[in-house]
Amino acid sequence: MTHNILLAGFGGQGILFCGKVSAYGGLMAGKQVSWLPSYGPEMRGGTANCSVCISDEPIGSPLVLAPDLLLVMNKPSYDKFIHTVTPGGTAVVDSTLIADRDEVEGVHIHYVPATALAEERGLKGLANIVLLGKLLGETQFLTLDEIKKGIEKSVPASKQHLVEKNFEAIQLGMSL
Amino acid sequence: MKGNEALAEAAIRAGCRHFFGYPITPQTEVSAYMAKRMPKIGGTFLQAESEVAAINMVLGAASTGKRVMTSSSSPGISLKSEGISYIAGSDLPCLIVNVMRGGPGLGGIQPSQADYWQATHASGHGDFFNLVFAPSTIQEMVNLTFTAFDLADKYRMPAMILADGMLGQMMEPVEFPEVQAHPIEKPWATTGHGGKRPHNIVNSLYLKPEDLEDLVRQRFARYEVVKENEVLVESQYTEDADIVVVAYGATARIVNSAVKSARAKGLKVGVIRPITLWPFPEKVIAQAADSCKAMLCVEMSMGQMVDDVRLAANGKVPVHFFGRTGGVIPTPAEVLAEIEKIAGGVQ
Repeated sequence: MTHNILLAGFGGQGILFCGKVSAYGGLMAGKQVSWLPSYGPEMRGGTANCSVCISDEPIGSPLVLAPDLLLVMNKPSYDKFIHTVTPGGTAVVDSTLIADRDEVEGVHIHYVPATALAEERGLKGLANIVLLGKLLGETQFLTLDEIKKGIEKSVPASKQHLVEKNFEAIQLGMSL
Repeated sequence: MKGNEALAEAAIRAGCRHFFGYPITPQTEVSAYMAKRMPKIGGTFLQAESEVAAINMVLGAASTGKRVMTSSSSPGISLKSEGISYIAGSDLPCLIVNVMRGGPGLGGIQPSQADYWQATHASGHGDFFNLVFAPSTIQEMVNLTFTAFDLADKYRMPAMILADGMLGQMMEPVEFPEVQAHPIEKPWATTGHGGKRPHNIVNSLYLKPEDLEDLVRQRFARYEVVKENEVLVESQYTEDADIVVVAYGATARIVNSAVKSARAKGLKVGVIRPITLWPFPEKVIAQAADSCKAMLCVEMSMGQMVDDVRLAANGKVPVHFFGRTGGVIPTPAEVLAEIEKIAGGVQ
């Protein structure tokens, strides 16, 4: 089983972090994983995206061009990637930030007002993790336990107090 | 760990305590990691005023027999080329890392393999070679760093890790090997000895042509030993292959994905992945050319390694080329399409 995950949004929304959580989660599950960020000038206020592969086999190309799982948090990334999802794939879209409501044949698209919800519930800045929770709930690409371990690995030592908030955000996403 | 960080950690574990560099995307994490770690372990991290300064600091530190390295990306390596030639001409070991980006000129910052010719054929003026290693996974970034230091010491020559922006920036799980540094005696090193022995001289200036020729010939005799003993290459499915694809580094991963799909479609395709680019695995490619019907070389360049593949294949089979350049990464689908195009002609 292989999951090719693409996460995309603005720099600063925690896209790369979200990818890290997924990759570390996969690692905790004993899978082969790779994490490849977009890097360079586009990270400063422009779009940031990140490819994560989680597989039972050694990973060939780490660059995800046709994801089966897509998490998207801004309009430019939505326009660029929503039609690249493979048939049978799943996309989660932050509908607070993206007004479009496309339908793509064979693709399960979930529009979640993640940014608004996160603010409402005292989880400001964790819309990324709310969306990841939704993706997890819809597809079970990893177990909740694996994702939690991924969070513990990805949150830096100086910010350990945020681990619980991240758990809350994941669970909120899963409940939607 | 990120490829750049894994490489830096491996260098430290291999006994490197001196790093001289100058920041450039996409290799800056190597410098950043060294800046953080070196002071804690009694090593030297120095951000030089330029790449030219950094490589000459490497020359100086290498003269003392210590394990020393620098890292950069394409334009920075060009600046270092004078120093690299001096280091080779002084028979000094060191590690030089090039995390390649698109060129020429300032080019771009996305992954590329357009410095193959520079690394393997012309990393500076004069008659010389470097050991050139091309990792394709983060684990290999680690393992080859150990190998590079060991062989540089053994043969008293510069070693280069030729990676690219994709390998430098991506994260994969790595395990650091138990075996660590293999320091060897360096009786040639200028270590300060208080007159207890005749003094050692590190030099690359020889004004008498005959002396210089002798020295270069000695060096080339050593290169023959390297070519005989140190080639690293990985072959997959080549025994029954009609088409053999040759690729190195990150591109080899993309090729592996394409070849898997081709095999699933019943096409007999194999892969040869040179791990050392110098010495080049010419014998393995020559053997494959005896049994296959066509070859395809895939690179993130306009076609550089393909020249060496063609020399090795020696006209026995057609050697096709597919490449993307400027920082564009080829896709498995594009490579598969090339394989299918060639397969159409083969059958």
